[in-house]
Amino acid sequence: MPHNATSSTPGGLNVAVLVSIGRHPLTARTRRADQDARAVEMALTLDGASVSLIHAGQQEREHEEALRGYLGMGIDTVNLIQQCPQADVVPALADALRQGAPQLVLSGARAETNEASGVLPYLLAEALGWPIITNLAAVEKVEQGMATVLQALPRGKRRRLRIRLPAIATVDSSAPAARQSAFGPARRGALEHLDAASDIDEALAAWQVQPARKRPKRLKIVKSSSARDRFKAAAAKADGGGGQTLTDVTPEQGAEAIFKLLKEEGVLR
Amino acid sequence: MLDTLLPILLFSALLLAAIGAVRRVRLWRQGRPSSVPVIKGLMQVPRRYLVDLHHVVERDKYISHTHVATAGGFVLAALLAIVVHGFGLQSAILGWVLLAATTSMFIGSLLVAKRRSPPPSRLSKGPWMRLPKSLMAFSLGMFAVTLPTAGILPEGVFQSGLGWIAALVLAAVIVWGLGEMFFGMTWGGPMKHAFAGALHLAFHRRPERFSDGTGGEHRSTGLKALKLDDDNAKLGVEKPADFTWNQLLGFDACVQCGRCEAMCPAFAAGQPLNPKKLIQDMVVGMAGGSDAKYYGSPYPGKPVGEHEGHPHGPIVARQGTSLVDPETLWSCTTCRACVEECPMMIEHVDAIVDMRRFLTLEHGNTPNKGAEVLDNLIATDNPGGFDPDSRLHWAADLNLPLMADKQEADVLLWLGDGVFDMRNQRTLRAFISVLRAANVDFAVLGNEERDSGDVARRLGDEATFQTLARRNIQTLSRYRFARIVTCDPHSFHVLKNEYGELGTAQTPADYHVQHHSTYISELVSANKLTFKAWKGGSVTYHDPCYLGRYNGEYEAPRDVLKALGIEIKEMARSGYRSRCCGGGGGAPITDIPGKQRIPDMRMEDVRETGADLVAVGCPQCTAMLEGVVEPRAGIKDIAELVADALIIETPADQSPQRQQAPAAPRPALEVAS
Ligand code: SF4
Ligand code: SF4
Repeated sequence: MPHNATSSTPGGLNVAVLVSIGRHPLTARTRRADQDARAVEMALTLDGASVSLIHAGQQEREHEEALRGYLGMGIDTVNLIQQCPQADVVPALADALRQGAPQLVLSGARAETNEASGVLPYLLAEALGWPIITNLAAVEKVEQGMATVLQALPRGKRRRLRIRLPAIATVDSSAPAARQSAFGPARRGALEHLDAASDIDEALAAWQVQPARKRPKRLKIVKSSSARDRFKAAAAKADGGGGQTLTDVTPEQGAEAIFKLLKEEGVLR
Repeated sequence: MLDTLLPILLFSALLLAAIGAVRRVRLWRQGRPSSVPVIKGLMQVPRRYLVDLHHVVERDKYISHTHVATAGGFVLAALLAIVVHGFGLQSAILGWVLLAATTSMFIGSLLVAKRRSPPPSRLSKGPWMRLPKSLMAFSLGMFAVTLPTAGILPEGVFQSGLGWIAALVLAAVIVWGLGEMFFGMTWGGPMKHAFAGALHLAFHRRPERFSDGTGGEHRSTGLKALKLDDDNAKLGVEKPADFTWNQLLGFDACVQCGRCEAMCPAFAAGQPLNPKKLIQDMVVGMAGGSDAKYYGSPYPGKPVGEHEGHPHGPIVARQGTSLVDPETLWSCTTCRACVEECPMMIEHVDAIVDMRRFLTLEHGNTPNKGAEVLDNLIATDNPGGFDPDSRLHWAADLNLPLMADKQEADVLLWLGDGVFDMRNQRTLRAFISVLRAANVDFAVLGNEERDSGDVARRLGDEATFQTLARRNIQTLSRYRFARIVTCDPHSFHVLKNEYGELGTAQTPADYHVQHHSTYISELVSANKLTFKAWKGGSVTYHDPCYLGRYNGEYEAPRDVLKALGIEIKEMARSGYRSRCCGGGGGAPITDIPGKQRIPDMRMEDVRETGADLVAVGCPQCTAMLEGVVEPRAGIKDIAELVADALIIETPADQSPQRQQAPAAPRPALEVAS
């Protein structure tokens, strides 16, 4: 096993963070991506973990500025896997992760540029055969190849999970905010260029891309008498009503239930 | 005996002083290099002392007279003592002059003693309490041993019988006096301020502050640019040795008079900052050791003796304590009250910003909302993170002429980030109606304008400041205008005093910049505005730090108020002693807690005048003072007061400029896909 199976604390943990080029929602200026930066923050707060940052993309000035945003958090190097703009970065990233053999891979849940489909972590998990956990809120401890982590659920709920390492975990905006990026370390940090073959993303090439149209939003009108009701209505998150919680079932029963649901919802035909 | 003893004492004291001086100089030389004109600087010392320094000292008449008597007497007495008693030149005339000098010094020392009984809280105790006695020892001792020289006592009076005993006593007194005055001067006693102070005046890092006899303003308040071109250079000041050597020398010149402490709004608010202690901490750091030997007021809430530093150790520790805690540095509003008041012309604000630069640029540790504001400035060019293309939304109905359309105008109106603030929009509207009433040819940059960089710079983010400034300079270089007028003293200061250094040969950045009060005052003198009689209540005026102390503009706002028929009820602290509103230097962003809030104290100053209204000239002041709970005086910008009093002429002879409006529509913009 590549990971350190004897480690009983997060110390000595080898963490890789996948970072992407962010884009400011108002000005479209490149920057460190918010969720990826939170992933870096989480890695940095793991006691004694050795953290390496990986970015697959192009070597461009604007991109470099954005990547330096991560360096400014106190990171020495970002490994930049060179890919051509039309490339599907999954194979290259999977190769890099196989080689680097980290126990934990962190990334933002969704990129701020390009497809931003949020599927990349799943594809990587599939390619590597590792488990994936979403909405990571904290890593509590790492012991004998197992990590105890907290997963963030809607409305501040937390769920404690144990996962076998190596694993991939995604971080969204419920994770702690990223620390300030300092100018000095940002420009002193190094970008290590690694060459890798680019697999052209054939499907993407066939797509037609156009700017999104702004669509009118329906206002939620709350008829209520008291301020408390209005507050509750405003603060309420869509609760996926219905559903069921399965406990103490065999994996087969669980899979069966999920399969049934997907069919009902029309996801699988 | 005294004839042989005195020269020995004098010359050994001088020798020890010389050794001490070398040691002291080596402490200063630990700092970074900074080139100064050595000979020219030294030649300037008497003038800088007698004119510029005395100008500050004189604000306190008592101490100014005291200092003239003591220091003047001492310098003369010391020189003559070396000639007369050291080299044994027994001239009765010199003896008499020496007697006069020591008398003057003695009178001075009585005044020093009186000031210190009991000492006001701003003065340091400890060794400083013995200073008047030491001054007396020196002056009385020298006086007594000079009596035979002047012929008042017979020669040889100290050589027989009782004279021997008197001679022994005198020798002891003189040893004490010499110890304090010569030895202590370079070995770190209270008299160190004389030695370090003289050299500080010679090698001051802002020689522009000193007058040169040709008249004119001698003000130097813009922060100096940090060089960002070397990737490997450390940015800002981490350790005492990272200051330039003449900054270290400046800190060493502090006399611990506490005038800065008495003026500091953060100290008064109970925030953990005391400019005097900060300077002393720098001295402690430079020499190495703990602050336990500091005998003045501490930083509020932080006991003395728990911090220590080293010339090559960090000033602010990442964890735990070292020399200074970060809250101390982030409490400062950069109001410059301390610098204005310091008789030794020490530059506190420069030092504080130097240390903040390190914390922000190297540690990435700007407290509270600091990081968010800086990120916003980087991403959206304004501290609030608003869409930069919405800068003119507030003025949708005003048809503001754009520089992009006009290309040139007499006045470029710099709107500032107040465009995003509903309160400040009222001020801007008022000022625009004033400009229109006076038929001024003006234009705005609109969405092309960016934050001036003031806040970023005071928060230590020199990189963001320089980026913003360079882009603004680029934008400004595309248009022709005679002057920039702004309602924001912070933009005013930065555009006027801090952009110049970043200009290039192709895009020079020395603009003629005016605060709106100055410009209105010019319009009034040119009879371009007519006013109704003032009918409101009594009014006081709050000087914004960045307009007053930073730029010396105290008169124009008052002239405008007078032209409105307002008689100003001045606050006790006004003009160069105006108390900060608490809004400068990013202080509301870093928001370090204290016992009370600075704006509350300022509104208390207003209340004492009994005024119903306080006139202001700064969006920050407006926001800070209006944040004080009612009941309190009303707050209005000068532009609002002027606009309210305007008599607008009949529509028939309205300005041609208004009839031109609306301006030619802008060509459709290509949308990048
Ligand atoms: S600039 Fe103002 S707030 Fe800062 S130390 Fe000086 S007096 Fe205090
Ligand atoms: S810094 Fe200046 S004003 Fe403050 S105590 Fe020292 S000499 Fe006095």
